Amino acid sequence: MAAPSAPAGGNKPRSKALAAFFGNPLSVLGLAIVTVIVLLSVFADWLTPYPEHVGPIGDFAAMNMPPDETYRLGTDTMGRDLFTRIVYGYQLSLIMAVVVLSIATPVGVVVGLVAGYKGGWIDYALMRITDIFLAVPPLVLAMAIMGFLQPTLMNGMLAITAMWWPWYARLIYNVTRAEAQEGYVLAAETVGASTAHILFREILPNCWPSILTKMTLDIGFVILMASSLSFLGLGVQPPTPDLGSMVAEGAKYMPDAWWLSVWPAIAILIVVLGFNLVGDGLREAFEAES
Amino acid sequence: MNWKFTLPRIGAALIALIGISMLIFAIARVMPGDPARIALGPNATEEQVATLRAERHLDAALPVQYWEFVKALSRGDLGRSLYTNRPVTTDIAQFLPATLELVLVSVIIMVVVGLPLGALSAHFRGRFPDHLGRLIALLGICTPAFVWGVILQLVFGYFYPIFPIEGRLLESTPVPPTVTGFYLIDTLLSGNLSAFGDALHHLILPATALALAGIGQTARLTRSNMIEVYAKPYVEMASAYGFRPWRIATRYAFRPAFIPTLTILGLECAAMLGNAFLVEKVFGWPGISRYGVEVIIRKDLDAIVGTVLIIAAAFLIMNILVDVLVSIINPRIRLSQRKS
Amino acid sequence: MTREPVLTIRDLHLAFGRWGRKSNVLHGISLHVGAGEKVALVGESGSGKSVTARLAMGLLQESRATHATGSIRFDGIEAVKGGPEIARRRGNRVAMIFQDPTSALNPTFKIRGQFREVLRSAEPRLSDAEADRRAEAALAEVSIPDPARALDSYAFQLSGGMNQRVMIAMALANRPELLIADEPGTALDVTVQAQTLKLMGDLAATRGTAVLLISHNLGVVREFADRVYVIYRGRMVEHATTKQLFAAPRHPYTQALLSAIPKISGGGLPDLPERSPDFERPLIVHEGCGEPAEVV
Repeated sequence: MAAPSAPAGGNKPRSKALAAFFGNPLSVLGLAIVTVIVLLSVFADWLTPYPEHVGPIGDFAAMNMPPDETYRLGTDTMGRDLFTRIVYGYQLSLIMAVVVLSIATPVGVVVGLVAGYKGGWIDYALMRITDIFLAVPPLVLAMAIMGFLQPTLMNGMLAITAMWWPWYARLIYNVTRAEAQEGYVLAAETVGASTAHILFREILPNCWPSILTKMTLDIGFVILMASSLSFLGLGVQPPTPDLGSMVAEGAKYMPDAWWLSVWPAIAILIVVLGFNLVGDGLREAFEAES
Repeated sequence: MNWKFTLPRIGAALIALIGISMLIFAIARVMPGDPARIALGPNATEEQVATLRAERHLDAALPVQYWEFVKALSRGDLGRSLYTNRPVTTDIAQFLPATLELVLVSVIIMVVVGLPLGALSAHFRGRFPDHLGRLIALLGICTPAFVWGVILQLVFGYFYPIFPIEGRLLESTPVPPTVTGFYLIDTLLSGNLSAFGDALHHLILPATALALAGIGQTARLTRSNMIEVYAKPYVEMASAYGFRPWRIATRYAFRPAFIPTLTILGLECAAMLGNAFLVEKVFGWPGISRYGVEVIIRKDLDAIVGTVLIIAAAFLIMNILVDVLVSIINPRIRLSQRKS
Repeated sequence: MTREPVLTIRDLHLAFGRWGRKSNVLHGISLHVGAGEKVALVGESGSGKSVTARLAMGLLQESRATHATGSIRFDGIEAVKGGPEIARRRGNRVAMIFQDPTSALNPTFKIRGQFREVLRSAEPRLSDAEADRRAEAALAEVSIPDPARALDSYAFQLSGGMNQRVMIAMALANRPELLIADEPGTALDVTVQAQTLKLMGDLAATRGTAVLLISHNLGVVREFADRVYVIYRGRMVEHATTKQLFAAPRHPYTQALLSAIPKISGGGLPDLPERSPDFERPLIVHEGCGEPAEVV
């Protein structure tokens, strides 16, 4: 319909998105959680009370202490400050999440773009391969891969990456399938643009909102997955502080030393919650923008 | 049932199953180290290792090995577990039912709690019940199953010891004769009501821990799908005719919103099969997951491949069941066959 | 205008928004529709015509984000704050026809079930057999060739035109006193649209139903309506009989609208006029179109 519409100002959608994000108290809460955790992790050496407790040795005079004034969250069986170890656990989790996503996302995006745009047998082959990875519960596949490898940080990231890219392939595949029918793609084809140009210059920009939203949510979920693996004893090995193995280790001393597993458990919850809130806020913001 | 809709899905599932068997098989064989040596341990003699290599065709090319594996599989032979020293199929038959029972009870809890929670949220959107419902859903999603397990154990097992924290039955309760492997069913079949109660008592905490993430996803999904449907003209029309709000909520908003929700529920069930590994570890549940972790730590190759395959198969069957259910509930799919 | 109008809207204001960011949608809308009258509310999309209809139907969800003031009276029942409760109280005496008939029918039920439900909203104790008999009669009335088969279909199995008739049959089945049609059939082809208008016109003539047509299509309005309200950005700008309006439009906005109609009459969307400060002038009421006497 040819309704007269106000000329859209260049900054208008952007400011609308920002207003939508900051207008939701939950998104702001999420952003606050994420900011605090990122700052703590980056400056862990300065911000934690006992950075030396990151290793195997702690304060032998204060082993297995409940929370008190010296050790706000208590100490573990080696007399190490739980707060310090949780912050270093965060640091490790964030590194894992960033590495996993910076590999899994590009791989999945390219597979999704190519399969969705090319169609035909390329589509069929790529998507069946993707389905193979999606045909096993993610945790089981990661576990199986870990089973054949040594439980190290590197292998843990590898195992999680291997099961993470298909989700991006699926997501971008669906978006691409829809976008490929749009006028602007047909226009580009008509003037003889190269496939690479159409994929990365025409279609990909339209996928960014979905990719960014999913990546934010996924930082939380990669952390969740990594902690699940290490909870099962298939992740990072002691004495490296890791939230999942801290919960598993502490569960042996339940219920008397409840703090050993409860604090790291809550720490996992908080970080996943934070990234989830930010991700949901981003989704709403992108919706408000369009 | 609409075969035109269902058959391609079964086909795709079979392809995926073959693919996963190749993938996991390849990973198992390509990994650094001699599988036979890993399997037998450092104390085995060179001779023993060589015998095992020959027995398992480990020196042959990978495709040949895979073909041998498929031939064995077609005879129902998944190899031997070095951990239990029994055929892998026997192990799976023993451990799988406990996991399936746990997962199925969790699915029931997830559906019974998650759907109404999401529907209530959508109905009261923007108001207090909605905020509360979304908070519960969010906590469910953001918390790993093992964290729920640990928390539930601490609260309802130690602080308020209402529920047992470990196992499937009390030691004093006789194990029911195996018919299905599901204690809830086997105890009933044997007519032992107190054993049934005991099995249920043991199931509640682990099943709840496993269900919580699914409840969150289900509620969240139901909510967003219902809100989408609430904006549809037919809901407006139903309100314009002055139908009762309850009727509008159930027949005009929930029912159409349930179809897309159901599709995703299949995925949630799959996630539960994975999360069962975590919950079984917390509650000492003697299921396939505990077996899986055990064989993975021991690098028990045949057992790992078998476990992953059986879980993939269970997962794909669940998804096909959901697809079939969708094709029955959704008239558009059900009728598309008659038309063509 | 001696009798009380079926529908009277007075000084209706509406705003959306929360947390201090309100946006006003309606600024004092007043209109009335009498029994047997065919009245049109004309405006471009976003002018507030559809939202007026929804408010009158009690379809806007009462929430913190909606602020409505003024009065909407249907046969003595006040609807501004009523919401769904109002829709229930007046039962099926008001009916609405929606823009896209296919999406206005529940995709998971057959027409039969929906029709029964509509009939029972007026008579809860209706038996299945009696409901089906009435449904078939109602479908036959809108010239549906095989009513029994239509009842056993889902909306997606029928054509858009058939669904339109089904929806009209449902709307008319309980003999409403007021029928609100929001851009009926714009989603469909011109023939179906014309049929729809004819059915509604017959209804006004034979049963004395009051009809309020919401439209942006001046061609349709000219053929159908007795009286026309022109709405522009949430304000009424002109109120006249159809004859008066098309012969001598007085408001600059209406003039611009009319001059934009393609000369071939009978359909096509006019190109809407560019915005002009002139359009913000106050309401112009033509002779003989005064507001009805105040009824208490």
